[in-house]
Amino acid sequence: MGDIQLKKSAEIHEVVVIGSGAGGGMTAYVLANAGLKVLMLEAGPFFDPKKDSMQLKWPYESLRRGGNATRPMGDFDAAYGGWEIEGEPYTQNGNTKFDWFRAKMLGGRTNHWSRISLRMGPKDFKCKDAYGVGDNWPVTYDEIKPYYDKVDRLIGVYGSNEGLENDPDGIFLPPPAPRLNELFVKKAAKSMGINVIAGRGSVLTAALPGNKDRGQCFYCGQCNRSCKVYGDFSASSCLVIPAMKTGNLTVITNAVVREIKTDNKGLATGVSYISKDDMQEYEVKAKTVVLAAGTCESARILLNSKTAHLANGLSNSSNVVGKYLHDSTQAGGLIILPQLMNRPKYNEDGVGSLHLYAPWWADNQKLDFPRGYHLEIFGGLMMPGYGGYLGFEGSVVPLINGYIPDAAGRMKPGGGFGKSLKDDYRKFYGTFAGFGCHGVDTAKETNYCEIDNSVVDKYGIPVLRFNYQWGRDEIKQAKHMNETTQAVFKEMGGIPLMAPAGEANNWGLSNPGKGIHEVGTVRMGDDSKKSAVNKYGQSHDCSNLFVTDGSVFTQQSEKNPTWTILALSMRTAEYILDQKKKQNI
Amino acid sequence: MNRRDSLKAIGIATVTTALIDACKPVAKSNTEITTDITGRQPFEAERDKKLQEETFFDAHEMATITVLVDIIIPKDGRSGSATDAKVPEFIEFIVKDEPAHKLPMRGGLKWLDVKCLNQYGIEFKGCTPVQQTEIITAIAYPSLAVPEMQPGVAFFNKIRDLTAIGFFTSKMGIDDLGYKGNTPNQWKGVPPEILKQYGLENV
Repeated sequence: MGDIQLKKSAEIHEVVVIGSGAGGGMTAYVLANAGLKVLMLEAGPFFDPKKDSMQLKWPYESLRRGGNATRPMGDFDAAYGGWEIEGEPYTQNGNTKFDWFRAKMLGGRTNHWSRISLRMGPKDFKCKDAYGVGDNWPVTYDEIKPYYDKVDRLIGVYGSNEGLENDPDGIFLPPPAPRLNELFVKKAAKSMGINVIAGRGSVLTAALPGNKDRGQCFYCGQCNRSCKVYGDFSASSCLVIPAMKTGNLTVITNAVVREIKTDNKGLATGVSYISKDDMQEYEVKAKTVVLAAGTCESARILLNSKTAHLANGLSNSSNVVGKYLHDSTQAGGLIILPQLMNRPKYNEDGVGSLHLYAPWWADNQKLDFPRGYHLEIFGGLMMPGYGGYLGFEGSVVPLINGYIPDAAGRMKPGGGFGKSLKDDYRKFYGTFAGFGCHGVDTAKETNYCEIDNSVVDKYGIPVLRFNYQWGRDEIKQAKHMNETTQAVFKEMGGIPLMAPAGEANNWGLSNPGKGIHEVGTVRMGDDSKKSAVNKYGQSHDCSNLFVTDGSVFTQQSEKNPTWTILALSMRTAEYILDQKKKQNI
Repeated sequence: MNRRDSLKAIGIATVTTALIDACKPVAKSNTEITTDITGRQPFEAERDKKLQEETFFDAHEMATITVLVDIIIPKDGRSGSATDAKVPEFIEFIVKDEPAHKLPMRGGLKWLDVKCLNQYGIEFKGCTPVQQTEIITAIAYPSLAVPEMQPGVAFFNKIRDLTAIGFFTSKMGIDDLGYKGNTPNQWKGVPPEILKQYGLENV
């Protein structure tokens, strides 16, 4: 017998779910609660925020003071993974610069996300009709609304009802009050006709009716570390762990999926994976397979699931798998507000999600690009720390102290040292504010990920190669973001900290992938020649295969995708139950 | 679960009395090996241990860094100096953690010593306080520095940043800044008198 064995289990599972993030977590939750026996495969380790979160740790409890040597968003950030993972590379076509963020752990990226929870609107689901670009979804807002409502009730989201046409209201908990610095942004934006409303986030600002397992938010502002009292939404704490308590869900961690197995009729029969624990090969059988490994990883698994009959990969007779990859556009800036120098100090941590938010406000009739973006406003007395999203504003003090007169009204050259510099660091603490502009990219067939057959990862699995360029509309949108940012900052009065933007750098547009909102690689549609799954997330080609992560998006909007992933995956899970009852699958 | 139960669940009985206990660092000082590996991935814990066992700066370099960081952040009426906050130990760790700092730090220290040797006849740490202030002044203000001082400017920008990070992320530095958070509380918004102070009551 060799060193490596293929271990095939004879047991046939009712459902195998690949991935434990928002989509996989919700699917497993619904199915397990309905009494189905579910097996979940997760590529990373078990993670329970109650035990594993680094909430309430101080910077000096980290050797690197919160720095990002091993975690790109800081030493306390909950994500196990990042833009690069040792032994698990990806490649780029030509001058593509796609950044792919992966969190390999129970709950995936939902452990560290910013909990911004927005519904897509009626026009977003009918993008082609409403805006003349992209494709319509095979579903309407009215069809998805009941699921958004159920997600609101099940998981909890704060916000304010505003009656806006394309930013639908929800079943909201009370929103948190804004921080001081954020009010400066709101005041300036409002004076320019930008409607600033309460943020919408999945954080329990009040008790969640009917739920005894989750605690209320105690306002440490550290949602990105994941929450020990389950006061915010992570798929681990709110879906997978509760589903395990039903006794119907079994989770196998450190299971890296190679491919989905099919029979000669084209139906899914199971899943093969390698275990990181013993580096042995495994195969599990299932009546139904649910794929929710994350947008790009799901495409990779389908494309790698080749057989003699499926030279193109699984669920890919349309040849669209991997295509129409699209991420949010994003840009933005920071400003130092000298009027806040030596400001009063108090606990301003607030929530670790969004306090204030500006839905897309402009009239596209007057603009040279379709659709738009929203503003995510931030600022305040943040915990000093090295690394993380914002870092420490102190790092710019020796650059900006040359622009501000001292207490005696004298200017001094920027830089310095000694007691005067020490005072400058104190003076500027808590003076920064800013906002991110997060917009929509129209899905394009020419932006895609594909298998790079010349490179394999450390498990011997062929890796993804990316091909992605922003289009003209997205670049025009970024120019508008830049103009908005400059105008709001001018209105606020202060020292803007913005990198120079222009044609050469796409007006400050981040690399695709940086939004961590990539979707669309296994798009849904009514036409099996132009889409991979139907409006229930069921494969057109393989009736017992369902996809429930962001990959099924026909077309994103400027709203962050998680709440829609949750609504769609809940709907798919209910459809699976219905189809099983009818013995169709 | 209500808010009080939430806090009990993580071992904090009441907001007011628990603050001191809840916020105690696990390690007694910045340099002590951190034994709490909650939430750490095995490769991270191993890497931390390995880095702490390595030494990058030699005794002369560390002595020079010690002088420099206290010139950058000295003790004053409100808080101690950079060395009081163990900034040299932080710098020793962070250059191993982020190796891109290694060469600019080592080379910059050497540049500074040679400059002082030529100018004052002795390495930097042996210079008088007046001489040290003179040479630092020549590299601490980028817009005023003459071209031949540029290598020193680049070095000083780096060590100044690392010193500030080390100091203001220490307990001493955080207290100095007046940061009040990282503790369970009930956020009700900006206090009314502060909103009034900035004319933001009706925003």
